[in-house]
Amino acid sequence: MSSRETILKRLRERSDGPLTAPVSDFAVVTGRGWDAAERVARFERLIGSVHGEVVHTSRASWTDTLAEVLAAKGVMRLALGRQHPVAAEARSALADGGVELVDADRDIEEWQREQFESVDAGLTSTRGGIAETGSLWLWPTPDEPRLISLVPPIHIAVLDADSIEDTFFDVVECHAWAQGMPTNALLISGPSKTADIEQTLAYGVHGPKALVVIVRHTGGVPA
Amino acid sequence: MSAVQDAVHTYTPREFHRQAHDALGNPQIRDNFRRAMDGLMDKRRGVFSDWDLETLRELGANIRLRALAKLPDLLEQLEANCQANGIRVHWASDGDEACRIIGEICQSHDARAVIKGKSMVSEEMHLNAHLEQAGIEALESDLGEYLVQLNEQTPSHIIMPAIHLNTDEISEIMHTRTGTERTRDVDYMTAAARQQLRERFMAADVGVSGVNFAVAETGTLCLVENEGNGRMTTTVPPVHIAVTGIEKVVEQLRDVPPLYALLTRSATGQHVTTYFNMISGPRKPDEHDGPREVHLVLVDNGRSSIYQDDELLDTLRCIRCGACMNHCPVYTRVGGHTYGTTYPGPIGSILMPHMLGLEETKDLPTASSLCGACGEVCPVKIPIPDLLVRLRKESVGQGRGNVPGAGVKRSAKEVAAWKGFEWLATHPAAWRRTTALAGKLQKLLPSSIGPWTDYRSAPKPAKASLHALVKRHRRGEGES
Repeated sequence: MSSRETILKRLRERSDGPLTAPVSDFAVVTGRGWDAAERVARFERLIGSVHGEVVHTSRASWTDTLAEVLAAKGVMRLALGRQHPVAAEARSALADGGVELVDADRDIEEWQREQFESVDAGLTSTRGGIAETGSLWLWPTPDEPRLISLVPPIHIAVLDADSIEDTFFDVVECHAWAQGMPTNALLISGPSKTADIEQTLAYGVHGPKALVVIVRHTGGVPA
Repeated sequence: MSAVQDAVHTYTPREFHRQAHDALGNPQIRDNFRRAMDGLMDKRRGVFSDWDLETLRELGANIRLRALAKLPDLLEQLEANCQANGIRVHWASDGDEACRIIGEICQSHDARAVIKGKSMVSEEMHLNAHLEQAGIEALESDLGEYLVQLNEQTPSHIIMPAIHLNTDEISEIMHTRTGTERTRDVDYMTAAARQQLRERFMAADVGVSGVNFAVAETGTLCLVENEGNGRMTTTVPPVHIAVTGIEKVVEQLRDVPPLYALLTRSATGQHVTTYFNMISGPRKPDEHDGPREVHLVLVDNGRSSIYQDDELLDTLRCIRCGACMNHCPVYTRVGGHTYGTTYPGPIGSILMPHMLGLEETKDLPTASSLCGACGEVCPVKIPIPDLLVRLRKESVGQGRGNVPGAGVKRSAKEVAAWKGFEWLATHPAAWRRTTALAGKLQKLLPSSIGPWTDYRSAPKPAKASLHALVKRHRRGEGES
């Protein structure tokens, strides 16, 4: 008998008899009832508490904000996609600037060392945010692959204010994640960090040292 | 620098008492753990303050119990959905078989360098030693695990592997092993480790990680982390091997958010970790990064035995947060290495006897004052104190005999003594005669009765029993 069969047989022929599966009530992880302004405020407070930087801007002028962030952070080489509107708009806005745009939609084998050593920041879109925990959720694509939110020292993420939802549970349910998961789904809540040296917090241990979230608003922009 | 010099020392659960004695005499160890555990307890309290914690724990326990109730079906469903997603699934009865499977996958790719994300199951089966014997270098990439590996030690905590080391000790280890400057600057040391490990991520042939939750419904492997080394390990090398215990499966994707909420808050007092990484397959043809091959190794290693018994089953609900350690008055004082096992503290004391047998681990279930703190903080409500008592019973042959090594502590003398006591206590006349005699012979009774009197005085029978005193009082004789 294979190990698979042995294990399954032992579990099925349980000596104390079959177990009854209880029914779960998920009320405690949903139904927060926050309004839009409260969601944005909570998102900002929570992600701020773990060193995430939030910059508010309008939907119309977000690329100006991006240019300011890049200048403030001294980013010379920015990795980004091509097709996603976030990447496309960023490319046209930054076309004549001093920032070198690095194509992220290439097989990693072609540019691994370049990505690890000479890219200053990665720009990605996000699918949404989570107010309760101050998290972004990303489903990397061929256009915006997995590693550009991890390898460069700065991750710049673009988030639409109206895509922030209350809880992780709400996101999983409302967007029917169970109907089809991507190769990789990610929650990102702040820059990479560790407390492994005597509980002292240090940022950027393996991933980005800084996470900047550009929050785009269609209505008024919070101060 | 005691912990640094201590590096080559190997710990074993057989020597628990000696190791505990040594640890208690080491102010550095006591100081490091005391400070760390106090901090973790405070943070946990703070982060749950605006939650209906009891309801959330109830849900967590309920989700884990539901998964266990359907375990064989869910494992098959997980396998089918992983395979449909392109993940290759392997089954291992024990740690040796799991090591062999992983070794073979590595060899089929001519792998020489393996980079590892944190995985307690891989510690449990001594994967690194196995790979090294096969000429494959296994390098830990979690900062704490990396430091512990540099110091040739094992983790002393399941979440914070290097918690037994302080900043000076870590500086010394990094200086000796990697040539960095001696410093108290944590940012400098972190940056140095980042640099050292980035080269290794790029050069690694295979990445090995653990799994926090495996979702049967979608064939998804979930990894919880703050550093990003888990994402690196599972994305950069061309092959990813995930290894996990068979109990880590959950039924549905919606089961994950509550367990994740409980895990991060219980473990480190965080609302959320930096990364929650959900993997549902290898790189697709149009994708540009991620491993070309993903393997899942499902390890039994004693779990299906624990599964047989209604009471012991609760052990398998564990989501490995470490809160029971952080709150344990024994763990906090003796530290993780003292236990001499992969999983230390209360959870280790109820889990390791099944993996190593009670012959090896007979002192672990008694390494507890049964204060109840571990059971109170457990996010999935495992009745750890009850299980400790059950294992104590098993070790003296008074349980159901469902644990390997049951009866190892059974002593004919002790059994006879209790039998005698039982007889006396149920025969009033004999009881009275015996207690009266004991009162008279007070001076002749031994003042030293084994370990009990190491720190206490021996009990002294009263000259007259309470029973006799009351009787005399009623007769109007007053006190003697």
